[in-house]
Amino acid sequence: MKPEEIKERFVGNNLVLKVINLNVRLDNQPIIENLSFRVKRGDVITILGPNGAGKTILLRTLLGLLPHEGEIEWELGIKIGYVPQRLPFIKDIPLSVNDFFKLKKSSERETKEILDSVGFREDFLKKKMCDISSGQFQRVLIAWALIKNPQVLLFDEPTTGIDISGEETVYHLLAKLKLERNLTMLLVTHDLSVVYKFSTDVICLNRHMICYGPPKDVLTLESLRALYGEEVKYYQHKHY
Amino acid sequence: MDNQLSLSLTAGIFIGGAAGYIGSLMLSKRMALVAGPLGHLTLPGIALALLYDFNVSLTAFPFVILGIVLIWLLEIRTKLPMEALTAIVFASGVAITFLFLPIEQAETALVGDISRITFWDTVISVAVSISLVIVLKKIYSEMVLINISEDLARSERIGVKKYNLVYLLSIAIIVALGVKMVGGLLTAALVAIPASAARNISRNLAHYAFGAMVIGAISSSLGILLAELSEFPGGPLIILVNALIFLISIVFKR
Repeated sequence: MKPEEIKERFVGNNLVLKVINLNVRLDNQPIIENLSFRVKRGDVITILGPNGAGKTILLRTLLGLLPHEGEIEWELGIKIGYVPQRLPFIKDIPLSVNDFFKLKKSSERETKEILDSVGFREDFLKKKMCDISSGQFQRVLIAWALIKNPQVLLFDEPTTGIDISGEETVYHLLAKLKLERNLTMLLVTHDLSVVYKFSTDVICLNRHMICYGPPKDVLTLESLRALYGEEVKYYQHKHY
Repeated sequence: MDNQLSLSLTAGIFIGGAAGYIGSLMLSKRMALVAGPLGHLTLPGIALALLYDFNVSLTAFPFVILGIVLIWLLEIRTKLPMEALTAIVFASGVAITFLFLPIEQAETALVGDISRITFWDTVISVAVSISLVIVLKKIYSEMVLINISEDLARSERIGVKKYNLVYLLSIAIIVALGVKMVGGLLTAALVAIPASAARNISRNLAHYAFGAMVIGAISSSLGILLAELSEFPGGPLIILVNALIFLISIVFKR
């Protein structure tokens, strides 16, 4: 397909991403099977599923980092920011927050502005990356992803290590940033309340798609049980 | 100062500085130890040079390249951890060397000898070291990002493979230069210790990279001077000065 044709197909219905029959195999193991979905501009898509369901793999595949079969069509020229789950090796290097942003060729002015928008003061620039808390680290990663003004943000939630109050701040922050920057978001999360409060569509993923649509329509007891098995009781107890 | 000493010092300062600088990248990729096995692997090359009177670095270089390719191929084929493979490959390198290198020439191969370096050798070592630092400075921030996360680097459209290739070639070159100075056994330390010391006392990336380079250069020159004043060989003294600076850096750790 020619670039103009791809653009044509997207502009009409405001799509930024179309995924058709996506299959990902790693080391000959099927990780994601027959996944199809669409993302419109301004959507917040949450990707829900148990550990090992392929959520992180899905984000990495969408970024073009992994081999796959099937179609992944991004709107032409779209800029994507990626917030990975964690960066374990960053502590090996004596890197200041400012250094970390310089790796993305961000000017000091740009870095200051973006840090301000995620709630850090100017003196935070000089902090060492290995000295900041996990909650601060996550906000820094979000700010880093937003340098150069991407239209789409892919956010991979860490499974552990962020305290509850920190987590609330992050989703608060993401909601604020979405409004300010008119972002489209794909979020991997484990938190059902975030799915309900925040997302336009949810993809329940456990290798293949178990449900897909607006959360209040598709997150039924059956779909959650299919997704989590016995864990469902626990989730319901926690959030309702 | 006599002419020979100033040649050794000049070569030592530049090779030590370049080794320290590249070490600052290798430490962050937890690859500093790879320089060790690669150093050992140069031993057959050094043995050839000693037996047939070639330049040590020139014959060492193809063996390092061979080692890198072997380790890389074996990793793809066996999926064994890199450390295990390097151990297999380097032990073989040492074993082959002592099949044909007379034991009285082993010292130079194992701990190096820069005290008799020629004028042209010095010129080439300096030129190669400077070029290496210039190339590494150009790819430094991309390499740091790749070391932190290849995913993040690739999502920034950085050609990870291309950068890794330049990086590995640079390692091969520095190992080939380093074995001349400190021998096959000690090259890893030449790369790893300055960066470790610099890491202890740095608050940011620029301090760290520059610090590693300066510590590398200072230890090499002090080691060579100490060798001149004593009866001991230069290679081990350079590494011991490095180790001493590392110990001091712990006291000033930030």
